[in-house]
Order: sequence, then C-alpha cells, then structure tokens
Amino acid sequence: MCLGIPGQIVEIHSEEDKVALVDVGDVRRQVNIMCIVDDEHPPASCVGDWVLVHVGFAMSRIDEAEATRTIELLAEMSDVQAKIEHGAIMPKQDTP
Amino acid sequence: MKFVDDFRDPQKAQVLLQKIQALVKRIELCRHRPVWIMEVCGGHTHTIFRYGLNKMLPEEVEFIHGPGCPVCVLPRGRVDDCIALAERSDVIMTTFGDAMRVTGSKGSLLQARAKGADVRMVYSPLDALQIARDHPNKEIVFLGLGFETTMPSTALTILQAQKEGIKNFSLFCNHITIIPTIRAVLDSPNLQLDAFLGPGHVSMVIGLAPYAFIAQQYGKPMAIAGFEPLDILQSVWMVLTQLAEGRCEVENQYQRVVPPQGNVQALQAIHRVYEGREFFEWRGLGSIDHSGVRIREEFAAFDAERKFQVPDVTIADPSSCQCGEVLTGAIKPNQCNVFGTSCTPEHPLGALMVSTEGACAAYYHYGWIDRNDIQPVNAPA
Repeated sequence: MCLGIPGQIVEIHSEEDKVALVDVGDVRRQVNIMCIVDDEHPPASCVGDWVLVHVGFAMSRIDEAEATRTIELLAEMSDVQAKIEHGAIMPKQDTP
Repeated sequence: MKFVDDFRDPQKAQVLLQKIQALVKRIELCRHRPVWIMEVCGGHTHTIFRYGLNKMLPEEVEFIHGPGCPVCVLPRGRVDDCIALAERSDVIMTTFGDAMRVTGSKGSLLQARAKGADVRMVYSPLDALQIARDHPNKEIVFLGLGFETTMPSTALTILQAQKEGIKNFSLFCNHITIIPTIRAVLDSPNLQLDAFLGPGHVSMVIGLAPYAFIAQQYGKPMAIAGFEPLDILQSVWMVLTQLAEGRCEVENQYQRVVPPQGNVQALQAIHRVYEGREFFEWRGLGSIDHSGVRIREEFAAFDAERKFQVPDVTIADPSSCQCGEVLTGAIKPNQCNVFGTSCTPEHPLGALMVSTEGACAAYYHYGWIDRNDIQPVNAPA
C-alpha cells in the first residue's frame, strides 16, 4: 500500500498544474509534483531530479548524496569484514 | 534500477548479518529470550518474507508483524458499505488493486464487479478524477484508504476537483493515521516488544518528530527503515546497537528519502482537507481512538458518506479468525486455526490474508519453510 518507486523527472508537462513526465524503470508516466516544488525548487528546476513516486504523486526528492553515503557505509563494513577474514586486522573482541 | 539494486547486494547483506550475529551476543536480554522487533509497515513485512530475512537473521532476533497494512485492517462493514455504493446504477466505484480483493460479509468489490457493478481499478486517485471528467453523467466514487503516505494524494485530488468545479467525484474516506495506531500497539496489555522499525514512506510525509514519544515515554528504540533488504537489515542492526548500548532514540536509516521535517506541502494538504474522527473501527483490533480521519465540512460535496446514503453497517469478524492475535504478535500466522485451510490468499477469510502486505499472506507465500532449509546467500564455504 505504502510502496513507492524511484523515478527521474524528464520533462515538465504543466507548470501551472505541477505535472511532470517521470521515467520510472524505463516506463514514462505523468506524475503530480505539487508536493516537491516550492520557492526554492520551482518546477523548471526539477528536471533531472530523482523522486519517490507513490500513486501518481512525487512524494519526496531522493537525496543522492545520502544514498551514496549509506552505500559507502555498508561497503566500508564489507571491507573491514574482508580484512578480518584475510587476517589483515584482528576483530574487536565483543565484551559481554 | 537506481536506488534499488544497490540496496539488494547479497555481499553487503552477508556482512550485515555477520555484524548482527556478533551484536546479539552483547545484548543482555538475548540470553533469556529473543529480541522482539515490530515492523509497523506491511511493506516491510513483505520485504522480510520475500527475501527470507526472518530466516537469515539469528534466532535471537524475531519480527512481530505490525498492523501497518491499511487494506488488511479495513473492517467488513466498510467493505459492505462500499459494495452498496458500487451497486448503484449511477456509480462508478474506483480504487487501488489490492483494495478490490478485501472481503466484507457479501464478498469483495471484485466479486461485486463480476455480478455487474461498475468497479474499476486505478493506479492513482487522479485517474479516478479523469474518469469523472470523462463520464459527467456518472458519479465517480474513489475508495480512499491508507496511512499518511497515501493521504496527500487523495487530499490533493479533492483540491484539484474543487479547483476545476468537478461535481461528480467523491471520496469514500477510510484513511487511518499512524501515531494513534502505534500508541494502541504500545498500550495493548499482553504485548512484549523491544524495538520498532518505523514506516519509511509514512515518515517521508510526517517526519521524525511525531515518533519521539516512543523513545521518551515508552523507552523503545526505533529506526525509520527503507524497503529494500539492506535497508531492513541495517535498521535491525541500528536498533540492536541501541539495545546493546542501552540507548533509545528515533534514528533514521532511510535518510535518502525521509527528511527530518517530513513534507510540508503534503502535510498542509492533509490538514486542509481532513480532520480527526473520534473513533475508527479496525478489522481484528476493534476501535482505535482518533485513528481515522474524515473529510472537513468545507469539502462535504466531495465526501461520499455525506453525498449518498451509506448504510454504515458494523459486522463482526468471523469468529474463527485470529487476525487480532496475529496483529499483536500473540500468535504466528500459521498458528491460526484457519490458516491455509479455510483462509488462503485465493479465498481470504481474515484481513491479513487479503493483501500481499498482510502478515498471513506473506507467510503463506514465502514463510512456510523451516529455518534449517535456508542457506545464507553466498555463505563462505
């Protein structure tokens, strides 16, 4: 029910009605962008932005830097784990 | 797909699982019993079962599947009301796909359609508004349901209808709100819970502040979680870290989508169009105070309950159903007397079997496997 899917705004259809064309997994459909435009983000500036689409509305602008940070954090964990497995570093002892 | 595939990487999942394995050894209560984590949102329930995360996690971590599937908790009486509306010859009933399958005492909207009612599945409430423009001689009713994630979409559709002066569109409002729901869960007498995974997409609308009471008053850690397997595992790791360190806070794992303040425009639309209902009936849980919303007087012309004579019936859940016990974590889905026998996804008796996000349907589709049958992904030899 609450599922959302990431899509990229490719074109603004109507500045007045705040309708954009959004590419969602290679399918393009009209999406209402009223909830993600404001003085700081007028419709014309939104082309290229990634948004989370839910039932025909863009509900959030996806923060690419945050997504990268999360993935980097997870990758860092993997690196540390790999080094532990190869004996390069000693794991921290977990104290009960 | 961007922002999706990256969060399904099996190698990273394996590392998170190993970290979780190490972490549970540091948690005092794990020596006596498992840590119980409630995922509030049905979307999370679906991810957990689809990817078998419950089977990959150590036995010290157990999920309690929360009440966050709005399709599942829609009471039978409201479905009957909806069918009564759909059976009117002047009405085209519209709703989301999964809402068409939920059964009342006289079947589902899908069955009503088979008997001749004009019921149409739409992707967005805006599609229903388009049907209203295309059929000026018909009354278009949209069955609106869902938490704060979906509420802005129906509110904005009503505002659009008002702006255009569309007279033949109305909403049958069954929206519910998350905070009274979580409070009801926390106040239920037999519930034992240690932490929450917070609903990511509700949170992108309401922000983080409304959850503060969970940590402050009830002392439970929470992580707002995304919907991919790595999101869930990282969130589990976050709440377990809090438990291990004796902290309880509302943390945000889903920062790429959830800003701390939520979505101001969406909240404004919600408050403009909706006001609280004192009581709202839930399937399997009974009435939860202040959990529902209704359309404000100003928009009465777009309220199907005011526009038509809705029977407003109340129908008890089937006595054999144990949805309420599953919802509060008292029993597992497969411990219900009718699970998989008289209640299946094809012929759901209870609400939790209706939508793929319901705990019972997820269990039925993915969960009926013994833990020992599952091999971790890319396990080191």
